Amino acid sequence: IMFEETGPEWLSEEVKTGTTIIAIEYDGGVVLGSDSRVSAGDSVVNRVMNKLSPLHDKIYCALSGSAADAQTIAEIVNYQLDVHSIEIGEDPQVRSAATLVKNISYKYKEELSAHLIVAGWDRRDGGQVFATLKGLLTRQPFAVGGSGSSYVYGFVDAEYRRGMNKQECQQFVVNTLSLAMNRDGSSGGVAYIVTIDKHGTEEKVVLGNQLPTFFDQ
Amino acid sequence: MEKHCTDSRVKGVSTGTTILAAVFDGGVVIGSDSRASVGEEYVSSKTINKVIQVHDRIFCCIAGSLADAQAITKAAKFHLSFHSVQMESPPRVMAAASVLRDLCYKNREELQAGFMTAGWDKKNGPQVYVVALGGMLINQLVTIAGSGSTYIYGYIDAKYKPNMTKEECLQFATNALALAMGRDNASGGVAHLVVVTEKGVEHVVVPGDKLPKFHDE
Repeated sequence: IMFEETGPEWLSEEVKTGTTIIAIEYDGGVVLGSDSRVSAGDSVVNRVMNKLSPLHDKIYCALSGSAADAQTIAEIVNYQLDVHSIEIGEDPQVRSAATLVKNISYKYKEELSAHLIVAGWDRRDGGQVFATLKGLLTRQPFAVGGSGSSYVYGFVDAEYRRGMNKQECQQFVVNTLSLAMNRDGSSGGVAYIVTIDKHGTEEKVVLGNQLPTFFDQ
Repeated sequence: MEKHCTDSRVKGVSTGTTILAAVFDGGVVIGSDSRASVGEEYVSSKTINKVIQVHDRIFCCIAGSLADAQAITKAAKFHLSFHSVQMESPPRVMAAASVLRDLCYKNREELQAGFMTAGWDKKNGPQVYVVALGGMLINQLVTIAGSGSTYIYGYIDAKYKPNMTKEECLQFATNALALAMGRDNASGGVAHLVVVTEKGVEHVVVPGDKLPKFHDE
């Protein structure tokens, strides 16, 4: 016989950003995209979370995995980059930001379970995308991550072409997110898109009913 | 007395394969990869055909233990040929799917597999049926299963169109299998495809070096 209620299940479940994240480089910049669902077990605890977090003016990262781990890494690297950019007297390179993320992911790889994709624009190398899964650092033309990414590997492999322009990249990101959100229970809500180029950073939201639909919807 | 917990009691384990079936205007295409693996490491056959004929215009594919697949399809063939003698006409695709579903449902504790049945019959034309884990029977226009299928959900959702021509559907199926084989360790080899229409049955085998290549290959 129980005299006390244990409370709702989700209070004792770990909060994860189930997620689908993607970043892609084009000539002159990058586009990052994410869904907006945060789950704790079977419950959705936040349906409008923006998982694209700024590390600096023109460098963003996309969060996936454990929400707490990912947010903490992003905050620490944001601080470290601020210090670094004052020290060098100019905007930091994307590679520097990615290296700082990688250093934390690698050093604490047993304790942390988050994957961040780092993307941005700098004067030296233009638009760049870095994957930092499990402490590895690699530059890629595009990267996908999170639980929803498994379902869209085939789609991105088939559809990616070199030399896409900014609009094509944005469409590619929105299509990929939409497909993943339809199949992955841990991804959903709205799509956040961030486009970074030498002129600045543009944030956009694509609401659920504006996302592309496919033949069985 | 100790109870032994066998692996087959673990739900949600799918085995090394990619299979798919899709309806086009006038027929169906059903296809699979050709890899048989033992554990995660050893490929015991590079050229096994997982698309099995159970009647003149009805084929089925099973993603799961190959021993189970062979035993079940043998039982299904027998039931179907008996059924078609009794009915004095070729069996309906739904009949074949029901036979598989009954076998799956009765043995659902031991079996761990995805079943799909595709074919053509006079009453309803081309159809694809899938038996989901545990025995639910669903009619769909396109379906995929096996470990490699996770990677191509996005591709299938984006690229399948109802009422494609035979050539378009064959290209779609070949692409999907190639993409899955490219990402899944447990799928590979050649692509076996079967096209079933009112006129008859056509086998197409696409060897590894003739499979479509995508941007990073």
